[in-house]
Amino acid sequence: MSGVPGANPLRDAQDRRLPRIAGPSGLVIFGVTGDLSRKKLMPAVYDLANRGLLPPGFSLIGFARRDWEDEDFAQVVHDAVKEHSRTPFREEVWQQLSQGMRFVQGNFDDDDAFETLKATIEELDKAQGTGGNFAFYLSVPPKFFPKVVQQLKKHGLADQKEGSWRRAVIEKPFGHDLESAQELNQLVHDVFPPNEVFRIDHYLGKETVQNILALRFANTMWEPIWNRSYVDHVQITMAEDIGIGGRAGYYDGIGAARDVIQNHLLQLLALTAMEEPGSFHPKALVAEKLKVLTAVELPEDLGKHTVRGQYTHAWQGGQEVPGYLEEDGIDPKSKTDTFAAIKLTINNRRWAGVPFYLRTGKRLGRRVTEIAVVFKRAPYLPFESGATEELGGNALVIRVQPDEGVTVRFGSKVPGTSMEVRDVTMDFAYGESFTESSPEAYERLILDVLLGDANLFPRHQEVELSWNILDPIEEYWDKHGKPAQYAAGTWGPAEADDMLARDGRSWRRP
Amino acid sequence: MKIDLTETTSSKINQALISARRSIGSPAVGMVLTLVIVTDEENAYDSLKAASDSSREHPSRIIVVIKRVSRSPRARRDARLDAEIRVGSDAGSGETVVLRLHGELANHAQSVVLPLLLPDAPVVAWWPEDAPADPAKDPLGALAQRRITDTYSAEHPLDELSVRAATYRPGDTDLAWTRITPWRSMLAAALDQQPAQVVSATVEGESDNPSCELLAMWLADRLGVPVERTHSGGPGLTAVRLETKNGSIVLDRPDGSLATLCMVGQPDRAVALKRRETAELLAEELRRLDPDNIYEATVKFGVERLGGPTEPSSVGSGQKRPEPAGSAAPAAKKTAAKKAASK
Repeated sequence: MSGVPGANPLRDAQDRRLPRIAGPSGLVIFGVTGDLSRKKLMPAVYDLANRGLLPPGFSLIGFARRDWEDEDFAQVVHDAVKEHSRTPFREEVWQQLSQGMRFVQGNFDDDDAFETLKATIEELDKAQGTGGNFAFYLSVPPKFFPKVVQQLKKHGLADQKEGSWRRAVIEKPFGHDLESAQELNQLVHDVFPPNEVFRIDHYLGKETVQNILALRFANTMWEPIWNRSYVDHVQITMAEDIGIGGRAGYYDGIGAARDVIQNHLLQLLALTAMEEPGSFHPKALVAEKLKVLTAVELPEDLGKHTVRGQYTHAWQGGQEVPGYLEEDGIDPKSKTDTFAAIKLTINNRRWAGVPFYLRTGKRLGRRVTEIAVVFKRAPYLPFESGATEELGGNALVIRVQPDEGVTVRFGSKVPGTSMEVRDVTMDFAYGESFTESSPEAYERLILDVLLGDANLFPRHQEVELSWNILDPIEEYWDKHGKPAQYAAGTWGPAEADDMLARDGRSWRRP
Repeated sequence: MKIDLTETTSSKINQALISARRSIGSPAVGMVLTLVIVTDEENAYDSLKAASDSSREHPSRIIVVIKRVSRSPRARRDARLDAEIRVGSDAGSGETVVLRLHGELANHAQSVVLPLLLPDAPVVAWWPEDAPADPAKDPLGALAQRRITDTYSAEHPLDELSVRAATYRPGDTDLAWTRITPWRSMLAAALDQQPAQVVSATVEGESDNPSCELLAMWLADRLGVPVERTHSGGPGLTAVRLETKNGSIVLDRPDGSLATLCMVGQPDRAVALKRRETAELLAEELRRLDPDNIYEATVKFGVERLGGPTEPSSVGSGQKRPEPAGSAAPAAKKTAAKKAASK
């Protein structure tokens, strides 16, 4: 029986079977006809509903140019869900969802369309009981961004009324350098208060990334060695095997470093290197991330410790693929990087002198994202000289995707009469150790937006600090030389190997 | 891969498991728990199927303990262990050992099971039917951290609920309780949206379905108001009504899949509340292996304190009253046919 007045008597912290269900709310997706929306957002909404995590009456509004009726929109969502959802399709879940689906047709500069949107929201508040709580998901190219935000303001859609909320969800890129990021932040914060703006970095929604915090702060065995005394260096890799595909217009001029290092890799670095937060309150967490990002320092000689590259025509995994400069819509003289590797150091007591190598690229060997913490070799090896030739440094590898899990690499004796030590690995795979299949990143993030939980979203200060780190490198690249070439399907240009060889190290083959 | 061993022992079974894993090329053990299913020949197939389906979410070693009925004095004196081992694609994503215990051995099942438990991993015992009166004191139940019973399959579900309450030990849980999680979560969400004080409640459902009683007891315990239990033809639970000071909140599911949530001052809304398969129930049950205190409080509340359809009771008096007429009698007829069905 509940003692606290006002608290819901049916809820109890001990009742862990009851999930967190979002309150009455709805989601408006701008650019609903896009790939992201069909492949990720719509299935995620369905999966949330299927797991019983959406409130009754949850509503979904699509906004796009297409000349669709509500039914056409529902059909598109239906098809997208059937094709891409993680959980099985169930008719009754679909019926629940489809009652709250609406479509608003219009251009982003069309005032009438936004008035219709406003009317639709009001209608849904009445018909579905959404209570005026709406999140606006801006799945639109960056150039339309200011327009949409201003329209939301102009038509009073972003007004925070007493007892309800309006939130903005935005996707990368968050600008293309510090200045543009600040402009963008100002623009959005002018319309939505900072705590109602959710920047999606879908990596942070991944179980494996959240697990970094559990791995580090829930265990005793890692913390004592998680510092410069034992760690030799850290490699953070995000490799893709695909080319730029249809994204030429967006990608050219942006490049791998801005596209990936600025957000995903620096976030992974922050989570790997930060100190223990006092609690998991969003403010405590962001404070630690900001501290470590502030302590990041660039190498003095950027020419020696950063590398950029472009893939060239080659055979990759049994297919002949074009080089970057031959892709449709790319300027043959383009200097855009499709591969970037940089070395960073962190100036604090824990990490001084430990290099963090970040690399990313397109058309690399395979699709993989991982964080490898490589430990120093044992200071003395009491074996014969030949016995440990094949022994590398111990390593802890957090496999972010695919095949999520953690690998530990250490030396072990080879069976036989002679003493010979070789590297072996010990594996923890998510797929086989948990009673719950892990949700898609977007499921978690959309639910968090509806719940107003900002823990897994980078704050504007983090975005600005990340640009602060990357801007000097981009400036240097602009002025000096041009990208190194690497054959598609390999692990990047030889220059990247040289960059580590200069430090007496080498890249892991992920 | 499937291996049959007759007249065997636990250590031979262990050896066979290791060599089976080696021969299919995966010597690593990535299993998270041992699930011991205690059942008879009749229920073994369905229960094993449900367990293998749920093992897709979490690989486990499934040990099915089948106690064979001995029909002659000679057979009763004999003791024999037969085992069937399935590894690899035949066993979902874990390993399965089906044990058949003949004769006297049927009384010493724990001696066979103990050596087969995975090291350092939790043990869950599940009785799809005929659970012992005191699961924690049962020799097999004593090996387990989590003991899953199912009052839904009992001959007299309401009596069984009282037995569960009397013998409750931390770690006990019941699938009839698991079945109502979606209802509970939707009702809690409804009260989140309408934080009005509830003055009374009604739970309507099949007469022989203990989930309805559990839901009613949960509401009565949490809300501290009289809860009336009324009967309908089902399927399963059909409706819950909460009377608040501002009006009523009704969650109505006439067809077993799509429910309607009606609240004062708000439009009626559809809510998906499908009756789930046993595999899904088991998967939910295996997600958390710590004691379920809310279940404890609920089942200990006491069936006799619920108000029947004819005579509304004043809750809190602690007064014993006879069970609602007609609740136990039809149950006896139906249970055998619907043991595998779920809510």
